[in-house]
Amino acid sequence: MISLAGRDILHTWGKFVFTGIGLGLLIGVTLVMAGVYRGMVDDGKALLDNSGADLWVVQQDTLGPYAEPSSVNDDVYRTLLAMPGVAQAANVTYLTMQVGSAENEVRAMVVGIAPGSPGTTPGWPPYLVAGRQITRGHYEAVVDIAAGFKVGDRFAIRRNYYTVVGMTRRMVSSSGDPMVFIPLKDAQEAQFLRDNDAIWQSRRRSAANPAFNRPGVPGLLDAVITSQSSNTFVNAVLVTLEPGHAPEEVAAAIRRWKRLTVYTRSQMEGILVGKLIATSSRQIAMFLVILAVVSAAIVAFIIYSLTMDKIREIAVLKLIGTRNCTIAAMIMQQSLALGVIGFVVGKISATFSAPVFPKYVLLTPMDSVAGFFAVLAICILASLVAIRMALMVDPAEAIG
Amino acid sequence: MSRKGIHIEGISKTYGEGNTAVHALKDVSMLVAPGEVVGLIGPSGSGKSTLLKCLGAVIEPTAGRMTLGDEVIYDDGWQVRDLRALRRDKIGFVFQAPYLIPFLDATDNIALLPMLAGVPNAAARARALELLTALDVQHRAEAMPSQLSGGEQQRVSIARGLVNRPPVILADEPTAPLDSERAMAVVRILNDMARKLETAIIVVTHDEKIIPTFKRIYHIRDGVTHEEVGEGRSF
Ligand SMILES: Nc1ncnc2c1ncn2[C@@H]1O[C@H](COP(=O)(O)OP(=O)(O)OP(=O)(O)O)[C@@H](O)[C@H]1O
Ligand SMILES: [Mg+2]
Repeated sequence: MISLAGRDILHTWGKFVFTGIGLGLLIGVTLVMAGVYRGMVDDGKALLDNSGADLWVVQQDTLGPYAEPSSVNDDVYRTLLAMPGVAQAANVTYLTMQVGSAENEVRAMVVGIAPGSPGTTPGWPPYLVAGRQITRGHYEAVVDIAAGFKVGDRFAIRRNYYTVVGMTRRMVSSSGDPMVFIPLKDAQEAQFLRDNDAIWQSRRRSAANPAFNRPGVPGLLDAVITSQSSNTFVNAVLVTLEPGHAPEEVAAAIRRWKRLTVYTRSQMEGILVGKLIATSSRQIAMFLVILAVVSAAIVAFIIYSLTMDKIREIAVLKLIGTRNCTIAAMIMQQSLALGVIGFVVGKISATFSAPVFPKYVLLTPMDSVAGFFAVLAICILASLVAIRMALMVDPAEAIG
Repeated sequence: MSRKGIHIEGISKTYGEGNTAVHALKDVSMLVAPGEVVGLIGPSGSGKSTLLKCLGAVIEPTAGRMTLGDEVIYDDGWQVRDLRALRRDKIGFVFQAPYLIPFLDATDNIALLPMLAGVPNAAARARALELLTALDVQHRAEAMPSQLSGGEQQRVSIARGLVNRPPVILADEPTAPLDSERAMAVVRILNDMARKLETAIIVVTHDEKIIPTFKRIYHIRDGVTHEEVGEGRSF
């Protein structure tokens, strides 16, 4: 027996290939959409991996430091170091802002890292692709390659200029913004230091406040002003554990004795995936559903019209004794062939377009396999309409 | 298999019901022996196509009896389960227009029928080629239908009707699109095949050119047949 579907495709291959390419571009968009979601999750995981922390100690009852603002006193890390099971504890600040030089402005996540060394102090970039780590206490920066700076470039964060001394790769925030590492003190200033006008105004206000400016208590005003202008906060303390200590145990001890909120790695992942990008991922899921429905409608329409064109031939085939299952198989095979062409085109277009997207698009083999079977399932469903119509064709139509 | 041709008695066919009922066939009887070619003529709307559809097991008659060879296929109800297999194996169709499958070449258009019946591809193609040779279109065996002339298409379609060596061939105005020379050639082929393959052939026609070639003609008027001896002129 010859393949009727195959012969028909060979006969009208132009139509097939063109509709296959059209469908393929749609499937490509769908795959990229799934890749955007995977990329978001992966960005979140990269953020956690790169911080090198086992525990995140944050302000009580907040989901900080990534999903909610959090501030912790910058001396808390010392007391944490004394807790059993804690190997390293380091302050860290995170602030997403615009950074830039005259020719290049990007949205970046500025990370303030505590003095220390990479590999032992959590928060430091674990590896560089160019240049060196920060060695001075001020005005040096290690930036992600996605920010578009080169080693030696200078850029401004608030009032200060920083020199790029090293470059990293895949160090991004959960929303895909490249990271800029600067020394903690600088970062604290960038985050908490007010401008001169504001400081002047606040001094004036304090001086005018009889509660602070008391003639009977000399020195009180100065003390108040000093306390107002010092910045002793960080967003979180990153903690690494000594071997042999369970994260949950140490976290419980810190919660109990330090009255702070502590997240383990898996809890943090839950916050990032479940809360921070939850709306975005539902948005993407919605798009995936729409794209699936649109693809199904297109396949159904194409197969329907290809079958409509063959009504006469189908009547003849039935008249000369072709079984229904042979005719149904012909239509379904064509639908599947269209799906396979579409998938191949879609996979290729997704692979080539993924790097062009500004945010990370992660195409996983599992998604491709799932996508392939989804396409086949959609094609089978879509062909049912055409098959139904073909089976209703009356063989008598072939005779005048 | 003994071949007794086709025998129908008292076939009637009513389309629809009640006020809108159309009595397309009222009382039709015919007997066509193996090896015989008979004409079926009548004015438009007289029920020719309806009769052919009943004979071809495409639509169900309302009453009557049809026998194909030794097998009773209709006796106030179908006596055969698988009508498609019956059509495939026992009945050859030749239509007014060739209705070839556009995506199969001439050989495969013909070979498809034996293939549907389970004959291996090579054997089916060999049979198709044999018929193409007999019909003198073997040089176009690999052409697609769109590349064939009208007459060539019609010959391929006749070959398709013959390929499973059915005991009955039903032809609905097979010469309508052809000039008189080609029409005569088709009639000659049908007569040759009827003789060679012992096939009973019924040809519906309006074609004045070929009517004189039939030895027997059935006239159908208002759903009733009348037999008449034809001129049986040679072609
Ligand atoms: N499916 C149908 N439903 C109802 N009436 C029908 C149907 N098919 C045919 N008829 C009627 O049955 C009668 C016979 O039709 P038929 O097609 O057999 O005529 P015909 O002899 O083939 O005519 P022509 O030479 O014009 O092809 C006509 O009156 C026609 O209107
Ligand atoms: Mg007719």
